[in-house]
Amino acid sequence: MNAETEAGAVSPAAAGAEPTRNVRMWRPLTDVVETAEGIVLMIEMPGVVADDVDITLERRVLTVRGRGSSPQPDRLRLVHLEFEPGDYERSFVLSEDFDAARIEAVLKDGVLTLRLPRAAEAQPSKIQVKAA
Amino acid sequence: MLHPMTLYRADPFALLRRFGETLDRMPFGTAAPAFPPLNLWQNEAAVAIVAQVPGVAPEDIEITAKDDVLTITGQRRPPEMPEGAVWHRRERAFGRFTRIVRLPFAVDPSQVEARFANGVLTIALQRPEDQRPRRIEIKAG
Repeated sequence: MNAETEAGAVSPAAAGAEPTRNVRMWRPLTDVVETAEGIVLMIEMPGVVADDVDITLERRVLTVRGRGSSPQPDRLRLVHLEFEPGDYERSFVLSEDFDAARIEAVLKDGVLTLRLPRAAEAQPSKIQVKAA
Repeated sequence: MLHPMTLYRADPFALLRRFGETLDRMPFGTAAPAFPPLNLWQNEAAVAIVAQVPGVAPEDIEITAKDDVLTITGQRRPPEMPEGAVWHRRERAFGRFTRIVRLPFAVDPSQVEARFANGVLTIALQRPEDQRPRRIEIKAG
């Protein structure tokens, strides 16, 4: 799955719109790791299939949304509840030195892993000082 | 929050009681919430358990059922990161976990069915046929 980057489009969340689906909106737990190549985000979204993940990068704001689903057994009644299924949404503000075209997203076992490589021009370069 | 019945004169303490119930449900405990969180459905013949296990590979989960006890054990492995990686934020947890659930009745261990998809584990358990409640016909005397 490739990350979608939409330039200029205003997302419903950014416009202050409320979701019409009557489920809880969760802020997913996230690990952020910096490696030599860039940043890795690992976002926990159990119950979300890859097609229901929406990733947008708008200027510097990276927004991840996931539409959750949970099995509802037929002819059984709920007797014990420890988690409430719902949707997920979280935004991250990035610095400007990421290469938006090369963002990689993988969803596996309910964890979305986003790899944000640094732009080539943002890689540290050494400047030689010439003696004049 | 303010239920119409709270202003009903016959029960002047309804609002107070409701507030107390709300407090009871608040997670004031210092203990970490049990992992994995699970929801349980049942009727007189079957039980279904849905657990959220994000980041756990299906081969790292072990489920055993004996009589009326269901045990879920497993391991959440931390992601492999290259040398020199710096963790800026660590919200997820890793390590071994065990949950033991006492079911409302003994289940047939040969009829346990577990499915895993997208970090959600679903377990269906059946009550043995000969232990299910039976409807008794009333004969006209």
